[in-house]
Amino acid sequence: MITKINIFATCVLFFLISSVQIFPQWTRDDPPQNGKIKANNFIDELVFDKLSKKHITPSPVCSDEVFLRRVFLGVTGALPANKEVRSFLADKNPDKRKILIDKLLASDEFADYWAMKWSDILRVKAEFPSNLWPVAAEAYHRWIRTCIVQNMPYDKFAYALLTSSGSNFKTPQVNFYRAMPKKDPLSILNAVALPLMGSRAQKWTDEERYGMAVFFAKVGYKNTQEWKEEIVYFNEEGKFLNPKTGKPQELTFLDGERVSLSPGKDPREAFANWLISPDNKWFAKNVVNRIWYWLMGKGIINEPDDIRPDNPAQNEKLLARLEKELIKNDYDLKSIYKAILNSNTFQLSSLPTDNNQNYEADFSHYYVRQLNAEVLIDAIDNITGTGEPYSSLTPEPYTYIPEDEKTVSLADGSITSPFLEIFGRPPRDTGFELERNNAPTIQQRLHLLNSTHIQKKLQGSQTIKNIISANKNIKDIIINLYINILSRYPTQAEGKTAENYFTVVNKNKTEAAVDLAWALINTKEFSFQH
Amino acid sequence: MNKNKISSSFGQNITRREALRYGLLGFSGLALAGMFPLRAAPVTKRAKAKSVIQIWQWGGPSHLDTFDPKPEAGYDYCGPFNKPIETNVKGIRICELLPLTAKQADKYSIIRSMTHGINAHETAAYVVQTGWKPEDGFVHPCAGAVVSFEKGYDAGYKGLTPPYIVVTNPQGRFSEAGFLGSKYKPFATGGNPNSEPFTVEGIVTPGITKQRQMDRRQLLNQLDGFAKKLNGNSFVDLALNSEQSAYELILGNSGKVFDLSAEDQKLRDKYGRNSFGQSCLLARRLVEAGVPYITINYPGWDTHKQNFETMRTKLPEFDKGFSSLLRDLADKGLLDSTIVWCGGEFGRTPKIAWEEPWNGGRHHHGQVFCSVVAGGGFKPGHVVGSSNSTGTEVADHPVYPWDLLSSIYQLMGIAPEETLPHPQGLKIPLTPPVAEGIKYSDSLKEIM
Repeated sequence: MITKINIFATCVLFFLISSVQIFPQWTRDDPPQNGKIKANNFIDELVFDKLSKKHITPSPVCSDEVFLRRVFLGVTGALPANKEVRSFLADKNPDKRKILIDKLLASDEFADYWAMKWSDILRVKAEFPSNLWPVAAEAYHRWIRTCIVQNMPYDKFAYALLTSSGSNFKTPQVNFYRAMPKKDPLSILNAVALPLMGSRAQKWTDEERYGMAVFFAKVGYKNTQEWKEEIVYFNEEGKFLNPKTGKPQELTFLDGERVSLSPGKDPREAFANWLISPDNKWFAKNVVNRIWYWLMGKGIINEPDDIRPDNPAQNEKLLARLEKELIKNDYDLKSIYKAILNSNTFQLSSLPTDNNQNYEADFSHYYVRQLNAEVLIDAIDNITGTGEPYSSLTPEPYTYIPEDEKTVSLADGSITSPFLEIFGRPPRDTGFELERNNAPTIQQRLHLLNSTHIQKKLQGSQTIKNIISANKNIKDIIINLYINILSRYPTQAEGKTAENYFTVVNKNKTEAAVDLAWALINTKEFSFQH
Repeated sequence: MNKNKISSSFGQNITRREALRYGLLGFSGLALAGMFPLRAAPVTKRAKAKSVIQIWQWGGPSHLDTFDPKPEAGYDYCGPFNKPIETNVKGIRICELLPLTAKQADKYSIIRSMTHGINAHETAAYVVQTGWKPEDGFVHPCAGAVVSFEKGYDAGYKGLTPPYIVVTNPQGRFSEAGFLGSKYKPFATGGNPNSEPFTVEGIVTPGITKQRQMDRRQLLNQLDGFAKKLNGNSFVDLALNSEQSAYELILGNSGKVFDLSAEDQKLRDKYGRNSFGQSCLLARRLVEAGVPYITINYPGWDTHKQNFETMRTKLPEFDKGFSSLLRDLADKGLLDSTIVWCGGEFGRTPKIAWEEPWNGGRHHHGQVFCSVVAGGGFKPGHVVGSSNSTGTEVADHPVYPWDLLSSIYQLMGIAPEETLPHPQGLKIPLTPPVAEGIKYSDSLKEIM
């Protein structure tokens, strides 16, 4: 973890080079808007156009502080390091946001975080209701992460998932066909359509389902001598009979096109070629809409995995244009990330105005929601310099995760903790996006306010002790805690309140610092993406 | 259009079989349904029970060494426990290490014919607590989550104490809430109720004085400017309201339910000064506070090795806690409205593994095992079903996990035709439909 290591060094350095006596003015209030907000790219043109037709003005563009935190959490699932905050805020380069976006998209942390997202919808977990088993779950996750690191074009990624044969250990992408509780052709179809088409096959007509299921009739599975090894292969004998007529079913795509294949041809390839073709109505749409949903908190189509004719997009033109961009850029997903992140639409303030507060779905201001469970615990671990003891004793082989490994890097969705359960991490049972539940609860607040779990992290925190010993001046302790936790400087008023706490309310410096860190962790500014 | 197709509310076409399965036919459709499970007793309109205390003997207690002794089967089956004792109900004998429980037999009934045939912990724990076999591709919620859904905040429960509580540790990988989602997961107390103070995760934290709690709260309130600015945002408001409720538990009166020092010291002694005994006492306090479902997660029953040595320490502890709970509930007039359900995920192999490395151990046995039920409308003083002479199989009146759970739901006033919402838009029955080839027995009728 880059951030964890740097905090101490930075604090020392900062103390040496500066001894700030007053709290620098911090601009949390997003700067007021002067005239019309500039359109940075096609996204802004299409979003602002729709808003202006409704006579709605978007919120102002957010401050650098808000942008920095938003883009770090959104792209890497991690907080910026102390040094990063200071240098970004001091940087006068007008292109600094764009430069930071490029840097983050190229980072290892980006791959860690997005491998987690894909593992959620591809159901990467060792056990129940689908049984990948630990070794295969790890191998599958590593394969997904490697594809992200290499920025494999998305059509190639999907093709590999859909058409591979081989051992679950040696050809990890075959686990795509194992990460499902039932493996009959209709069940496979459900598990293919949800992540790769954003569609719930359960809602199609029987004829549609039967015609599509038959593409998965020849997926075969067999065991080997190796424990928990399974081979996924093209089984020529596989059949799917129409459940109503009892007769063999013709291969029929969802848009009605029929195919006939010569014997010896794997129908999965025909399916994959149909799916990844540029004219396909689901493939590009699904993935650009999901990326939008993941970055913006709301899909252009909602739920993002429920694409169907009677669930229209909030902004058809925007979605169509994003699809086109993806295809034009040879399915380079990062081109979509870049477009979204560089848009002013992504960079709008999360504070609604009187004029636009009811137009959240039109992206008139940034969508506020609680942080993902994994991101939240990683942030707390980062601030306190602590870790989580993840392990798994069933099923075998036993798995112990080193304590300094981030939670977002966990491969196996079966490995969990009370914190992750309380904060709504998805169990990866169904692959539905709404498995993740980020709604605030009493239990979550109890846990953050007063659990031994969090208290121990704060009270035993070497990172906080280091801040205290490296900074003689109380103001500098306060500033460093603010930067580490909220990624910004305190305002004058906040600084005075905190200083009063150290000098009047609790004169024990260590206790006061722990209490301030505790308070900042419990602000909604900390636990929300905004 | 095929005649067998029914359009559900979300425009999906599904077959009649699926519709039956997911309860989409509504009341007119139910008329067809000799397909639906025959319940043990007619549907009770009014709930007899208000709360459930589930004593979960994680690991699987030996049925022969607890509520189904077999002294006649010989040493290789009963081992050293060959002198079962009479209870205060004529004709019912239980293990000699449960003398206090024997004196309360007029308060509970023993089901000696529980069966599911599964010998793996995870799967058996799932089946016993959800009432569903695992192979249908869904992850069903367990009874606690179902009760939390039916009787918790959605049903007007107003308590600040969460409606579904696990004392003390959660069941780990077992997903209690299943497809209902994390909202219906239990609150796990953590800590040890036998220690002073009893650290209840999130509610009672040692080392933070009340003054410091209040100082902190004020500091937080002063620094939470973002929340004030976003006043009106539904998520932020929900977080602020939750925070206020959390403080009612931390600093207000609602958290006092966890303060066992308020109880009479002699009564605490009777329950047993150990984690299990004090957990039972806490469960009674939670019932008094109106909590609808409490699980006491009581591990330590997986006795592959040296079963009898373990039982000699484990059973006296169980005996004190369990018997005191029943008596205390009855003394306080709470037993009639409180179901106590006690058992594990399976029994243990009747034939003892004397050889190395087990040295008198017992392994997993899902073919037959015991559950004990008391209160809340269950008739006491009965034995339901029996196992054969060696305790290896059900001899008569088999009772399946779905039988027991549907009885508990009924007594809680949860109608059998209720369905639960699945995120896919499906409505899933509480317990598996007969149409799935599931057998229901009417063996529990005699104690309903």
